[in-house]
Amino acid sequence: MIARLAADTRVVAALGTRSVKQTVRRPQLAAPLLIFPTALLAIQTGGAGRAVDLPEFPPVESFLAFMLAGAMVQSVLLAGNSGGIALALDMEMGFTDRLFAAPISRFGVVLGRLAGTAMLGAVMALWFIAIGLVFGVSFQEGIVGVLWVVVLVSATALAFGGIGAAIALRTGRASVVQGLFPLIFVILFLSNAFFPINLLLEPAHSVAEYNPLSFIVEGIREPIVGSFSATAQLKAIASVLGLGALGIVLSAAALRGRARRGS
Amino acid sequence: MGRRSLRAPIVRSDVETVRALVRRAMNEITRVPGAAIPGVLAPTIFFLGLTAVFGNLTLLPGFDSSSYQSFLVPVSLMQGAAFTGAATGVNLARDIEQGWFDRLLSSPAPRPVLLAGLVLSASLRALIPAFFLLIVAFAIGAHWPGLLGLGIALVIVMGMGVVAATWGTSLALRFRTQSAAPLMQVGMLLAVLMTTAYAPLELLTGWLQEVARINPVTQVVEAARQGFVGSVTWGETWPGFVALAGLAALFTFTALRGMRRMTL
Repeated sequence: MIARLAADTRVVAALGTRSVKQTVRRPQLAAPLLIFPTALLAIQTGGAGRAVDLPEFPPVESFLAFMLAGAMVQSVLLAGNSGGIALALDMEMGFTDRLFAAPISRFGVVLGRLAGTAMLGAVMALWFIAIGLVFGVSFQEGIVGVLWVVVLVSATALAFGGIGAAIALRTGRASVVQGLFPLIFVILFLSNAFFPINLLLEPAHSVAEYNPLSFIVEGIREPIVGSFSATAQLKAIASVLGLGALGIVLSAAALRGRARRGS
Repeated sequence: MGRRSLRAPIVRSDVETVRALVRRAMNEITRVPGAAIPGVLAPTIFFLGLTAVFGNLTLLPGFDSSSYQSFLVPVSLMQGAAFTGAATGVNLARDIEQGWFDRLLSSPAPRPVLLAGLVLSASLRALIPAFFLLIVAFAIGAHWPGLLGLGIALVIVMGMGVVAATWGTSLALRFRTQSAAPLMQVGMLLAVLMTTAYAPLELLTGWLQEVARINPVTQVVEAARQGFVGSVTWGETWPGFVALAGLAALFTFTALRGMRRMTL
């Protein structure tokens, strides 16, 4: 049992490292994860920065401080999508079939990919924290808050990576996973990632109030612009766990389907 | 035989090649509609999303339109053209991966003719998301820009489709893999957003104001926007067309260079 667990752990570690290296070595995979959310952060800060002058905008140090959490979440959503694309490409090229034929757990193969996505999530969180520090954002909850942001962003990457992997396993086609790119923005627009909920227009306002992503964004944003509150953090943790569970259930179903079809 | 009579069959065969490539691209829409749906829906999703998120920016003093939908329509039209053009690049990357493009390159068709087929199909396909977006935009209250304003906007959409397709083609020929798809989409999306996409130039802050001032796509967006937020003037129209022509020429050059490198 222990030997099996150790073997699975080695597989997960090896595939996780491969996933990170694959992303780092291919600029066309790495660039959109960091460059696009960073550029969008810069554009939205410059384009809508005057929004802090609106009377109903919550008190924040700057629009950049407000936007950091949204940029981090956007980045991990893209990472989940990108991980799904990479997994689907592995399937198209037959690499995953060879892994599935090896005496290792199928879940271990998927978990390896997700471990890589979680690692990338931590890197992205650190990247945006660095951007915030460079451009004068002072993190209100200090070092503890910063560490919590890294943990929460990394866990969110894992959760969304699970959903991306499930879609890749279900379809086996990179183009289909790639086609989900706009959907990422639907989820983001219907949350408080880019603007306070009270200033969103209907129907985004109503949807954002119940969107799990809003709870995650709030959990990440809180230590940046204000102070911790148990309610917001518990909602964020519950949302991450819920999305993670959804990813696991969907991935398991897709794996079972592939096993039934013999692929 | 005169030179003109020798050239006529060549021109005819070039036109036939372009038509065949355009027809193939159009067939993809009818035969694999699922692949085209994201490109059609994405600009409308962005339009509805950004309107819902940033709609209250019109309350800021100095915002020159009371309708954020009308202000945003041309930006989403440009995004639609950008996504369609990028899709041309992704499809080309797929054709390169599967060896189909090698067969095209080994045919006697000249490289510019092959590129013309890809680009023309992209400019026509760009109209599909544009029409869908316009129907939704008018349904939720965007201002009617008048026939002239609408005509200018649609010509600009087709031009932007050409720019995006040549950009996507250049990247497809450089990376030769579908993994480069995000770069094709993101590159064009950023070019469109680094303009007066979210707010008028006077309300932009910091570096974005400076970049938007020199970004040629700002002229393109403003030319397409004029009818939706005010009246159409020649003074706002011609800079947009000049900017489009310049961008198209630049990326056509890089795409043709990429084709030549592929055969070296």
